[in-house]
Amino acid sequence: MYSQGLIRPGGPDGGEDDADALARFQARIDAEEKIEPGDWMPAAYRKTLIRQISQHAHSEIVGMQPEGNWITRAPTLRRKAALIAKVQDEGGHGLYLYAAAETLGIAREEMEEQLLTGAAKYSSIFNYPTLTWADVGAIGWLVDGAAIMNQIPLCRCSFGPYARAMIRVCKEESFHQRQGYEVMTALAKGSPAQKAMAQDALDRWWTPSVMMFGPPDSDSTHSDQSMAWKIKRFTNDSLRQRFIDATVPQAEYLGLRIPDPDLRWNAETGHYDIGPLDWDDFWRVVKGGGPMNRQRIANRRRAHDDGQWVRAAAAAHAAKRAARREAAE
Amino acid sequence: MTEAPNTPRLPLWEVFIRPRNGLAHRHVGAVHAADAEMAMLAARDVYTRRGEGRSIWVVEARHLHASDPDDKAALFDPADDKVYRQPTHYHVPEEVGDM
Repeated sequence: MYSQGLIRPGGPDGGEDDADALARFQARIDAEEKIEPGDWMPAAYRKTLIRQISQHAHSEIVGMQPEGNWITRAPTLRRKAALIAKVQDEGGHGLYLYAAAETLGIAREEMEEQLLTGAAKYSSIFNYPTLTWADVGAIGWLVDGAAIMNQIPLCRCSFGPYARAMIRVCKEESFHQRQGYEVMTALAKGSPAQKAMAQDALDRWWTPSVMMFGPPDSDSTHSDQSMAWKIKRFTNDSLRQRFIDATVPQAEYLGLRIPDPDLRWNAETGHYDIGPLDWDDFWRVVKGGGPMNRQRIANRRRAHDDGQWVRAAAAAHAAKRAARREAAE
Repeated sequence: MTEAPNTPRLPLWEVFIRPRNGLAHRHVGAVHAADAEMAMLAARDVYTRRGEGRSIWVVEARHLHASDPDDKAALFDPADDKVYRQPTHYHVPEEVGDM
């Protein structure tokens, strides 16, 4: 997270055909050296990181909405305080990540614009609605659980500012998952109606959560290069498997059923096998066809428009004070 | 969604936090804000939600001067061949013990 001011305009990247520079860069990566903002980097490395970090930031910002939906209806003051803190954290995580992306030479305003116009994507998990209080528990447990699985290896990402931001995020995220599981535990051990509510939430959130790791390795377009650059440390499928193996026993403890008739323990591999996933549906939601895509972006646009006068007033106030200081000197 | 053309972009401020007295301020990230006062408020909200700090510095990014990465060799390589600046370069007889 270093300032844009430290990056020369256009970035220091050489031509992609500069084989020597590319080889030197790859050697640094292979030696586990971190890449810092002012360093030479291939234009494609820069572009990949800007896309990934800004989409990650957008996901945090949009991710405030599904849970924010339940703040005023949280069942107790304790739950409400925790939920407010969690949603505030998501906003903070978005800001750490925007700051990290800015070190690569993209302006904050440009990223905001990409989100508001729909040019940039964000995690498709946030395009599903939060219909009941149990959804708040399921999101903390499953969505944040999956996010942590994804984010822990990113703490060792080759790009320094991204890795440092992820270390902060991971430290804070652990509270999110635990509070979610606590909500689920209370419901699962509660009345039959509460348990049914918890099961319903698991039924709706399980598949989208498992899909958060992205398309299967066989179809993942960015995977190989990102692995070579050590932006990514594990493949989508291996992280997905790790999440499933960790989560199935947690569901068993709650006495809830994972909504997958093909889910089986495989003694040979030492992992759980799952049934086929509907990737056509995943892509439909990514491309804007999910139940909440329109509303999420409409809310973001409204928040941005509603904040316009605040930004203008802050700038005018700062200019007035600067002029007064100058006159006094 | 479009900003009024006369609204300037909010400047970038680098944020440094002293985790507790006795330790130096350390760079933690950046915020955008119209002036130092607002940058301070934003830094507090974004970077110290869990008691991470006892003191905050915000520095407008345009006031920060950094060494040029291209000068790395000229600036730092000369230190590499001056091993005589390291204590381990000097031999102390074993009988003398730790020094």
